[in-house]
Amino acid sequence: MDLTLDSLPEGGAGIVSRVRWGGELRARLMDLGFTPGARVECLFSAPSGDPRAYLIRGSVIALRSSDAGGIQLN
Amino acid sequence: MGLTLRSVGRRAAADSGFEGAAFRTAALAGNPNVGKSTVFNGLTGLHQHTGNWSGKTVLSAAGTYQYGGRTYRLVDIPGAYSLRAGSAEEEAARDAIALGGADLVITVCDAGALERNLNLTLQILEVTPNVIVAVNLLDEAEKRGIRVDLEALSRRLGVPVVGMAARRGRGLEDLRRAVADFTPREYAYTVKYGETIERELNGLELRLENLLDGRINPRFAALKLLEGDGGLLAAVKASLGLDLAEHPEIKPLLEASLSRLEASGLDRAGLRDELIAGIYRSAGSICRECVSGGQTYDQRQLRLDRLLTRPLTGIPVMLCLMALIFFITLKGANAPSDWLYALFEKLGDAMSRGLLALGAPGWLHDALILGVWRVLSYVVSVMLPPMAIFFPMFTLLEDLGYLPRVAFDLDSSFRRSGACGKQCLTMAMGLGCNAAGVVGCRIIDSRRERLIATVTNSLMPCNGRFPILISLITIFMVGAGGLLRSALAAGVLTLFIVAGVAATLLLSRFLSRTLLKGDASSPTLELPPFRAPKVGEVLVRSLLDRTLFVLGRAAAVAAPAGLLIWLTANVYIGGQSVLSLVTGFLDPVGCFLGMDGVILTAFLLGLPANETVIPIIIMAYSASGAFSGGAGTAALRELLTANGWTLTTAICTCLFTVMHWPCTTTLLTVKKETGSLKWTVLSALLPAALGAAVCALIAALSHLFCA
Repeated sequence: MDLTLDSLPEGGAGIVSRVRWGGELRARLMDLGFTPGARVECLFSAPSGDPRAYLIRGSVIALRSSDAGGIQLN
Repeated sequence: MGLTLRSVGRRAAADSGFEGAAFRTAALAGNPNVGKSTVFNGLTGLHQHTGNWSGKTVLSAAGTYQYGGRTYRLVDIPGAYSLRAGSAEEEAARDAIALGGADLVITVCDAGALERNLNLTLQILEVTPNVIVAVNLLDEAEKRGIRVDLEALSRRLGVPVVGMAARRGRGLEDLRRAVADFTPREYAYTVKYGETIERELNGLELRLENLLDGRINPRFAALKLLEGDGGLLAAVKASLGLDLAEHPEIKPLLEASLSRLEASGLDRAGLRDELIAGIYRSAGSICRECVSGGQTYDQRQLRLDRLLTRPLTGIPVMLCLMALIFFITLKGANAPSDWLYALFEKLGDAMSRGLLALGAPGWLHDALILGVWRVLSYVVSVMLPPMAIFFPMFTLLEDLGYLPRVAFDLDSSFRRSGACGKQCLTMAMGLGCNAAGVVGCRIIDSRRERLIATVTNSLMPCNGRFPILISLITIFMVGAGGLLRSALAAGVLTLFIVAGVAATLLLSRFLSRTLLKGDASSPTLELPPFRAPKVGEVLVRSLLDRTLFVLGRAAAVAAPAGLLIWLTANVYIGGQSVLSLVTGFLDPVGCFLGMDGVILTAFLLGLPANETVIPIIIMAYSASGAFSGGAGTAALRELLTANGWTLTTAICTCLFTVMHWPCTTTLLTVKKETGSLKWTVLSALLPAALGAAVCALIAALSHLFCA
């Protein structure tokens, strides 16, 4: 399955399987809770459709689509 | 708007040391926006700025409090998601916790997102077992149906746990008692990482234990060595004089460990993942035992969020809110401004009579009354009422959690300009004071984008410039009085702010294509839950902390500036006053920009404080004999039109007010923050160049169509 976080519809949810990014962004995303096995839900989008806000481990984090695209879901 | 005595005042001088004669020193750590500053203020009675968005505490603040006859010292550490430093704040937090030497660390957690907050807490427990966990925001969590079993959490973590709702003052007493009763301990909960990693950790730990001699937790040092956390190792070297990674006893051991790990499929990157995943596994299992409920997002929050971010409503709601705040400010400030001015005039008359009765020489009387007093009274009467209304209203929005939604809505515009939406937060601070806005740029992680935000910050007119805009809009664009006119004035003012935003985007784009080339970074912006603002406290705090402080600073600059301006207007060289020589010299340039020499001179002399621009203009014009006294709206209109002002002059002056050089305080702050003269100069030149270009264009167009 190649579903990534940015393709999740508003209101849709999934389980993180892998973070494709490396370096600082990877560390930051994982520190925010985007680790394999975590449930993530897309809550709402900015007026232009990007960024979008995700519910992850109880808090709401906004990510740009380009960055969310590197988070794979089961 | 991060603008308080603490953030820009003398007391803000980075006081992050742990020294002092306190019985016990506690460091206050936690994720961003979990109410750390509220806890800090609650305990110490100080007024660290609070608001509902991440990253307000950009300086470590320290304070003390008394409990049971003893003095306790509290150090507020910038918010961090992790001790693996990604941002400057996280780096500061990591060093303060690992090397700061506090007796204990209080980790403040958000009860509503405990799992994420435990990530930091568990990392701190790797540094020291001397931790108190303060589970804050319990009231909010309860509303969302989340229950935290504090006793179970304390048993599980092996450290004291205190439940709090710090905004309501709940739990503060418990926390004070917990700090007082705290006994240093040997052990607390430790995250276990799986056999392969544990074996290597234990091996390193044993050898490190002798070497470190209790100065740093050996397990933590071993973890950082395996991870290859260069920043922390450098900080250890700087503070202990010990280069762990290169130490002859450690280096071969570390290399062997790393190659064994790599052989079992864990290179450094894989290892780091495994460490984060291990912590989250622990956090998850702890939360399953201690937290119930709250799996979904609150539906009322979601509806409000969607209203504030939909294409059809997001931006319009933002503009309407801004216009509404301006409307209330304009409408409410009118009468008090007039009243204050009248009062000052009466006081001035009395002082004038007193001075003359004392036989003061004429020049001294004029310098004090027409110079110092008149400028001071203008600045106070014109600035105080709008600020006293604007600041509290803005603080209410900030407290509610609206600002991060603005950053979210506008992020795509900033991305297209090669910048990031968090810049909106620094711009909002700039509306209060650009110096505070520039300090606030620390919340932006990427250096490139931080510089962009710093250089463009002055394109948001600060409170010192609002009065110029308000006066000119009232006089030349909509007229005074009446509900409709006030609403119109608020609309026009909003347009000028929008022009400032457009200029910010334009200059940001220019910078990211030229001097600050590079790709947009990957910001992660936390959107906190909306919180009902504490109205009473907001009113008192924003009045005392912000309004009076800003006013005091403006007055302190205005008084000597008044004297200086009076001198330039009254010292003659070859039959002409210095002021008129300068204005005459600048007149051609001023006219080219749709203004005149006097206005341009006022902006130049207003460099120490923009509040003095209008008084300078008044003084320069009245020196030439056209001023009939008084500075009310009608008198000002008469004076300005008598000196050739038209609608074009007013528009150009307003635009130049929004886009020119920042005041000296801001420039000094830019110098301090960037450490670079080049960027300091550019933050003055670039906005001014943009403003000059826009004004020249408008002046040319106006000549074309109106001639």
